[in-house]
Amino acid sequence: MQREIVTIDANEAVAHVAYRTNEVIAIYPITPSSGMGEFADAWSAASKPNVWGTVPLVMEMQSEGGAAGAVHGALTTGSLTTTFTASQGLLLMIPNMYKIAGELIPTVFHVSARSVAAHALSIFGDHSDINAARSTGFAMLASASVQEAQDMALISQAAALESRIPFIHFFDGFRTSHEVNKIEQLSEDDMRALISDEAIVAARQRGLSPDHPVLRGTAQNPDVFFQARERVNPFYAACPQIVQDTMDHFGRQVGRSYHLFDYKGAADAENIIIIMGSGAETCDETANFLANQGEKVGVITVRLYRPFSVAHLLQTIPASVKKIAVLDRTKEPGAAGEPLYMDVVTAVNEGLADGSAPFTSAPQIIGGRYGLSSKEFTPAMVKGIFDNLKEASPKNHFTIGIQDDVSHTSLNYDPTFSIADAQTVYCVFFGLGADGTVGANKNSIKIIGEETEYGAQGYFVYDSKKSGSVTISHLRFGPGQVRAPYLIGENEANFVACHQFGFLERIDVLKYARPGGVFLLNSSHGPGEVWQHLPAEVQKAIIEKNLRFYVIDGYDVALKTGMGGRVNTIMQTCFFAISGVLPKEEAITQIKKSIQKTYGKRGETVVQQNFAAVDSTLENLHEVVVPLQVTSNLERVFVPAEAPEFVKDVLAPMLYYEGDNLPVSAMPVDGTFPTGTSQWEKRNIALEIPIWEPDLCIQCGKCVFVCPHAVIRHKVYDPALLEGAPETFKSMDAKFKELPGMKYTLQVSPEDCTGCVLCVEICPAKDKSQVGRKAINMEPQLPHRATESNNWNFFLTLPEVDRTSIQPNTVKNSQLFQPLFEFSGACSGCGETPYVKLVSQLFGDRSVIANATGCSSIYGGNLPTTPWATNKEGRGPAWSNSLFEDNAEFGLGMRLTIDKQSEYVHELLPHVAKTVGQPLIDELVSADQTNEAGIIQQRERVARLKQLLAGSSDPKVKHLVALADFLVRKSVWIIGGDGWAYDIGYGGLDHVLASGRNVNILVLDTEVYSNTGGQASKATPRAAVAKFAANGKGLPKKDLGMIAMAYGYVYVAKVAMGANDQHTLRAFLEADAYDGPSLIIAYSHCIAHGIDMRKGLEQQKLAMQSGIWPLYRYNPALIPLGQNPLSLDSKEPTISVEDYAYNETRYRMLLQSDEHRAEQLMRSAREDVRKRWELYRQMADIEYKAGQKNDDAGNGGSNA
Amino acid sequence: MLDLTTTYLGLTLKNPLVAAASPLSKKITNARRLEDAGVSAVVMYSLFEEQIVNESRALNYYLNRGTESYAEALSYFPEMDHYNIGPEEYLGLIQKLKSTLDIPVIASLNGVSTGGWINYAHRMQEAGADALELNIYYIPTDFDITSAELEQNYIDLVSEMRQQIRIPMAVKLSPYFTALPSFARHLVEAGASGLVLFNRFYQPDLDIESLEVVPSLELSTAHEMRLPLRWIAILYGRLPADLALTTGAHNAESILKAMMAGASVVQPASALLLHGIHWTKETLASIEAWMERYEYESIQKMRGSMSQQAVADPAAFERANYMKALTSFDHRILA
Repeated sequence: MQREIVTIDANEAVAHVAYRTNEVIAIYPITPSSGMGEFADAWSAASKPNVWGTVPLVMEMQSEGGAAGAVHGALTTGSLTTTFTASQGLLLMIPNMYKIAGELIPTVFHVSARSVAAHALSIFGDHSDINAARSTGFAMLASASVQEAQDMALISQAAALESRIPFIHFFDGFRTSHEVNKIEQLSEDDMRALISDEAIVAARQRGLSPDHPVLRGTAQNPDVFFQARERVNPFYAACPQIVQDTMDHFGRQVGRSYHLFDYKGAADAENIIIIMGSGAETCDETANFLANQGEKVGVITVRLYRPFSVAHLLQTIPASVKKIAVLDRTKEPGAAGEPLYMDVVTAVNEGLADGSAPFTSAPQIIGGRYGLSSKEFTPAMVKGIFDNLKEASPKNHFTIGIQDDVSHTSLNYDPTFSIADAQTVYCVFFGLGADGTVGANKNSIKIIGEETEYGAQGYFVYDSKKSGSVTISHLRFGPGQVRAPYLIGENEANFVACHQFGFLERIDVLKYARPGGVFLLNSSHGPGEVWQHLPAEVQKAIIEKNLRFYVIDGYDVALKTGMGGRVNTIMQTCFFAISGVLPKEEAITQIKKSIQKTYGKRGETVVQQNFAAVDSTLENLHEVVVPLQVTSNLERVFVPAEAPEFVKDVLAPMLYYEGDNLPVSAMPVDGTFPTGTSQWEKRNIALEIPIWEPDLCIQCGKCVFVCPHAVIRHKVYDPALLEGAPETFKSMDAKFKELPGMKYTLQVSPEDCTGCVLCVEICPAKDKSQVGRKAINMEPQLPHRATESNNWNFFLTLPEVDRTSIQPNTVKNSQLFQPLFEFSGACSGCGETPYVKLVSQLFGDRSVIANATGCSSIYGGNLPTTPWATNKEGRGPAWSNSLFEDNAEFGLGMRLTIDKQSEYVHELLPHVAKTVGQPLIDELVSADQTNEAGIIQQRERVARLKQLLAGSSDPKVKHLVALADFLVRKSVWIIGGDGWAYDIGYGGLDHVLASGRNVNILVLDTEVYSNTGGQASKATPRAAVAKFAANGKGLPKKDLGMIAMAYGYVYVAKVAMGANDQHTLRAFLEADAYDGPSLIIAYSHCIAHGIDMRKGLEQQKLAMQSGIWPLYRYNPALIPLGQNPLSLDSKEPTISVEDYAYNETRYRMLLQSDEHRAEQLMRSAREDVRKRWELYRQMADIEYKAGQKNDDAGNGGSNA
Repeated sequence: MLDLTTTYLGLTLKNPLVAAASPLSKKITNARRLEDAGVSAVVMYSLFEEQIVNESRALNYYLNRGTESYAEALSYFPEMDHYNIGPEEYLGLIQKLKSTLDIPVIASLNGVSTGGWINYAHRMQEAGADALELNIYYIPTDFDITSAELEQNYIDLVSEMRQQIRIPMAVKLSPYFTALPSFARHLVEAGASGLVLFNRFYQPDLDIESLEVVPSLELSTAHEMRLPLRWIAILYGRLPADLALTTGAHNAESILKAMMAGASVVQPASALLLHGIHWTKETLASIEAWMERYEYESIQKMRGSMSQQAVADPAAFERANYMKALTSFDHRILA
């Protein structure tokens, strides 16, 4: 049978099978499994049928817990049902998994295995999630490659139906889920052949039906629960053989043979490794390499992990074995050993005890950990493990791949050991996210994989920034299948391409190049002059490695052919031309074919401009004559010398791609990191920056207010401080009535700016003689970089405003407060960060922040550097991220601490009355802390108190001193996106609102799950397209504000700073002031809206004007004053919803793909707006009587 | 029995009222209503070259932006099976209109370059369009482009378009040409079977509060028909091409004037948008009533009867308004 050869990643390969062999699919986004759900949803939206001819029903749920519940329900009524998940998502499914397994209902959960968050979150791969689920009763089948992931998806589906045991089918997150590899795709005939219709019918018949009713889900007592629990044993006993039979059936049908445990290596191996997942491929290849050199080594790949078949394992272990290293990609602190190790020890001991083992003397078994959170696992490390086994007393409970200088668990190995072969071609590409490098490389891999006989593999490494991010593509191709699930190593690459000249300043790109290889550089400097612009290290590497060096001015070609900043197809064409993987003409034909396929449906214009770019490339590609000498004195740039030691020693190596070399001792013991570190990472990603024109400036502070990265700031200061200012430092007389006789400066940090232009867009001050000129205007960064950096550094030396001298109740005043959230890795023009920054300015020095997982936790807390900062007194926001689903509760817990400790400290104060004097205690207890002055005075009192009590040995006094800071008012902020607030965390959020406690909840509402790539949430508005709502969301946005208002004692505000900045400011101040729960829902424009991000604030205004986003504040504190708590702060809609919506791709793409549905949904959306406005208006018109009590409002945190 | 028939672009039409290019023709139901109300042909809304190009580029830009940059979000939108980017939707609408309507359907293409988009004309023909209206409008802001070059570009475009199709083609023009008669002749020689006078476009406005330039489109008013009326009267009978008047035709009287000036048809848009589709029926009835009252048995009879060639005082079309005081003076005396 002829099967299609495709070059895809494992998420697509698995979804291909899972979608076609199921009827109901419940999904929820979580990295790295989201892709599987996205494929399923898109196919369902496009009405693609499964192998039985019906289109699977795909349902997005509010959480993985919800997905598991829906899966259980669909299964229990007889549908073939599946889901996809990873990490915390799988953990949320565990309760249902016990139920599903206990009820013997066959299903497959496809898991792209990912680290479970512990000391930190990580999106990358290991087996901690599936191991956490190993007691649920689910069978577990592991895949080691893209091809296997597809094959095992089908084998697990078939075996589940045959055995009645539900399965987790898992494969390594990112390393396998995101690796693109050439595979043979299973046909629908294969799927029908493997899956027994009888088993399906049987599963259906077991489904609950009122036509043959039964009862399931009983509660059982001590008398029978145990027996009933043991009743399933025969099914588990039978399962391994059923899986093997299914594998055999698969082998006959497809031709690829699998076993529960597969052995590879020397027939007489003495030292073997047992491992599962992608690392098994690395071990296999290395063991083969070593066996061919005569070493007696081998590898057992575990496929069926649960039920763990001792018999099958023992049959697989060579009788010659003497030592076994069992590798676990997980860590169980405190355990006797990691799980697979424990399984093998048990199996071998049992085999020896009952005589079923093929050997008579006990082999020595050791266990080791590797590859946590996608830590590289290379042939060199495998060699290191075999070398360890050779030792007389091999190290047990070892780690490999890190340098453990604390517990000394790590094995030494020779990192230069390589099994790279001469037939395979290795290529590494450095690109900028925005330049399309990864997309082009994925296409190149497809071209090579599908148009040549070569095997091909692509893997892509991204950094943790959402703007100006660096991508590294690792491509291999050559004869046979590429089985190398690890990155290309140093000195291995035949071809290294650097698509951004600036990277040479900070990344050692040529460490990958092998001697005699090729280096391709995108450079605006031509072949004649490029050499003198290279850093010395780069020149040295080119000469010493004897590299062939090519340059192209890709940006010039892109500009001339209408490609903007995307150099992808240009660099791709260079790659094919230089590498010679295909004849030049054929390569160009294939590139164009791939362009047509990728961009064809986006219109002929796009196709033609890509074609033009390809056609213009080769004439601009030049080989450089390499001089014999290093002539450059340019050196790579590192963090400044004045940076703190921790930044220099720990964070800087991470910044420069050397983090793998940091030893264990460099890490904090508990995941706690210093704040304020983003200031040391000067990224220089803006091509243009705003430049201030004092003659036009009205000092309104709007630009400072909206800046997403806190790179534009203003200060008011004593004129005498200008002494010693750089000559280019600009200032003008300040126009702040509270601060007379002062000077004013608006300053930009050129190296931190991302060039988003929001500041210029919002600037209201136009030159009356030339309206295109504003008080700030974008100009090229490079000519201003040095002078403005100098000015910025001087600006930082100017004192921050005295917070008692000015009220932050106007936009301009509020922006004098120092931002304590700066230079984050958020997208350029981010709509969320200005709100977050505002919290840091107004309350940062006394706030504790609970941050839900999502964009805000990533730009807020992803290493290497983080944006939360401190003021000169060392105070600043204390920030933590717990989980995605629990953030409201997490923040409430913080509040409970503050409330309890504050109460306790008040209880302790009388105890020290004699020591410190009653007046001080009275002042501390009755202090007015409603304004900045009051808070500062209270801090001074607390300092005095501590001073007076210093040195006391009285335990009560010690407690009092330790807790005294709780006498100063704190502000608890609970921050997260709409995915958290509307969906996964809604239950908790509702409870926290209902608690009456004084917390401030800020919902950064982008109306989609932004961080995982734009999946629909219940905040997604009607008529907008999102992933999981590919046909346009058919139902209206959930009205979270209205739900919260229903409590009557929750402060609620709906804000959009682009629509009304003063309103936003007021809401934040009121929320903090309100002594009870507050909820602010903030319109946050987002890259996932498909808008011109420069116009994000304008879109906010249109959202308000159209009625899509009415502004309001609901302040329960007004009720006792006889005022209506609801103030509708925007006017009745003045423009149509379309005038707002059709500026955004999320709405337009529905119009472009299904105009009829778009019109239908837009009609309903208009009706939504009308009805909601009418309801709000009526609520706002209700008359309240003076003296009306609101017993719940402002209850001081008591819900009694 | 009154005969309202006219011929335009080789098509015999039951009356001179042709629905001009406007958003009304985007919906089949509206087109059907126009036919029922009595229009003799429909010019479809314009397929804009600029729109096709921009939509395609914008979609591509926004679908690409932010992708493959960050490990958790390798894209931000679902992959759709298809987009109606390009002429497909328009071509589909031509087919639907042709199968729904009995009256001729004239496709409208709007652009300025001689790029690949002009093959859309061929595809419009293949989709069943009875004729094509080519709408050319170019704002020459480049100081290096001369009027001669600009006009030559227009002529080249018409010539190239002519080679793409066999169906008749009208060219819709702006009034801003220095020597319209000569230019019109060149367009006709290049392949235009008709001229549509004149197009109206967004003219930017200035918001003096926000200091922004804002787009603005206002519907035509009745007095605006004087400009095309004059030029139709001047061109009539001197070119082997049909003339259509399309600005300011708001009532029966204006349509009768257009006929008398020499127009083959009148193409109202603003009137239909302003007064509704039923305006057609009322206007046709008024035309018939007028013709009966003044004993015109056919439209053909009045066509061109007041063109420059036909009137007693051809110079009346040449005078500027400020000379109105001298209308009694016959300058031929001085000749």
